[in-house]
Amino acid sequence: MNADFDVRYTAGLARLNLSEGEISKFQAQLSQILGYVEKLNSVDVTGIEPTAHATPVFNVVRDDVAQKSFTAAEALSNAPRQGNGLFIVAKVIE
Amino acid sequence: MSLYSLSVSDLQARLRAGECSPLEAVDALEARITEVDGSVGGYLSRQLESAREQAARADVTLPLGGVPIAIKDNINVKGESLTCSSKILEGYVAPYDATVITRLRAAGAIPFGRTNLDEFAMGSTTESSAYGKTHNPWDTSRIPGGSSGGSAAVVAADEAFASLGSDTGGSIRQPAALCGCVGLKPSYGRVSRYGLVAFASSLDQIGPLTKNVRDAGLILNALAGPDPHDSTSLDQPVPDFTARLGEDLKGVRLGVPKEYFVAGIDPQVEQAVRAAIAQYESLGAEIVEVSMPHTEYAVSVYYVIANAEASANLARFDGVRYGRRAEGAQNILDQYARTREEGFGQEVKRRIILGTYVLSSGYYDAYYLKAQKVRTLIRRDFDAAFEKVDALICPTTPDLAFRLGECSDDLLKMYLADVFTIAVNLSGTCALSLPCGAVETQGVKLPVGMQLIGKPFQEQELLKIAHAYEQSTSWHLARAIA
Repeated sequence: MNADFDVRYTAGLARLNLSEGEISKFQAQLSQILGYVEKLNSVDVTGIEPTAHATPVFNVVRDDVAQKSFTAAEALSNAPRQGNGLFIVAKVIE
Repeated sequence: MSLYSLSVSDLQARLRAGECSPLEAVDALEARITEVDGSVGGYLSRQLESAREQAARADVTLPLGGVPIAIKDNINVKGESLTCSSKILEGYVAPYDATVITRLRAAGAIPFGRTNLDEFAMGSTTESSAYGKTHNPWDTSRIPGGSSGGSAAVVAADEAFASLGSDTGGSIRQPAALCGCVGLKPSYGRVSRYGLVAFASSLDQIGPLTKNVRDAGLILNALAGPDPHDSTSLDQPVPDFTARLGEDLKGVRLGVPKEYFVAGIDPQVEQAVRAAIAQYESLGAEIVEVSMPHTEYAVSVYYVIANAEASANLARFDGVRYGRRAEGAQNILDQYARTREEGFGQEVKRRIILGTYVLSSGYYDAYYLKAQKVRTLIRRDFDAAFEKVDALICPTTPDLAFRLGECSDDLLKMYLADVFTIAVNLSGTCALSLPCGAVETQGVKLPVGMQLIGKPFQEQELLKIAHAYEQSTSWHLARAIA
């Protein structure tokens, strides 16, 4: 089932540039791991519910009351680039 | 006995008797670090001035009053650097305290020094750190285990009285075993994850690495309990985890999972764990063989689920709000992709790709959903076993510490070394590793660890069972570096 596993395409989905060397190395290594994972095909899971989480807690809510949070200056304190109280990034719209 | 080699409990006794001061404890560690950390490499950074300031005003009557505790460098300590051993977080300064740090401070402890880890806690050897390798204090040509390798090595080398680690698939227990210390992974939801940099959110837990079982209980006392900042932390009763230490093992039933004693275990490791099982029997425990039929699928399930969650969690490292940013990008997508190329190491890149793939359209059902269903079967194995026994006993890791570099080209070998620890994270229950032997190999002694797995939220019982064995042996007293 991993015959069409494509490192280059998947890295694009993950917004991650790779060198040509990494692409061929990861293609081989991850194909081996995916081959191992195919063990799971032999397990019968008919009627089995998936486990997303180890503890059965759902919809934990608190009262809808404003709480103390970061100031703008604190939130920006680690920004690689900032100005006017904003994060500055490379061009988004052509 | 030198001050630095004391356990937390013994240090506390001296502090409270006025025989030494918290400042002297910090200075003793600093001197020890100067002496040995050049060859161990457990610490990434130390905030000595801040530690000395806190020591000067420490209240030794508090539960952990005046006790310095080393912190894995994936836990936020306000005002200090936080790297996750990754270049992508170069220069990051934590703007807040993780809940575990808030709680340690409230208990009087002093967060002291940041310990090395595999980059973003992804690994079992601490070799994927971008900031240098950590060496096993018992034999510096070997790995300390991982990902909390720094946290284990500094406790083993007496460069810390105790430390905090995080455990997603064995990252506290496996390095504890390989370095000869005690490592406790609490039940999922027992300790808040707020301020721990997320790797796999449904599996991560923070816990202590210590020189003995009592110390693990003392530190868990400070860490445990629900937290409004982490909606997966559970409102379970928090007992005194040291209250039942010293009780005997009458009526305790220990399960030996037959699937955990199969081909592939180092015979010397197996021999040490078998001897520990016999010791438990002589202490009055009843030994019962149990079956965990889905064990062989745990590694596969783990690498699908953990990497899927990691690929989502690590999407936040994009060079916009914090950390490193690649220069010269033409547009925002280019900026993301180049920042991540420059900032992440090989193992992190591999795992992001694997995780992205198993979540991608067309493969989600075949890999991710399938793995979640098999996870249910693995949990049921534990539920069924715990109907028959109070705890399970097995090796923590199938091998002794690898040599540095031994696994760098064989990923599957490294991943399979986690086989005994990862099912515990998938099930969500608690477990610890404690020393149960030493193997002489090529002129050096290497520690062996065994794993005890407890029922969910029964850490008190688990620690009691571990303590009874520990106190009947002397493995925990052996020191890596004289």
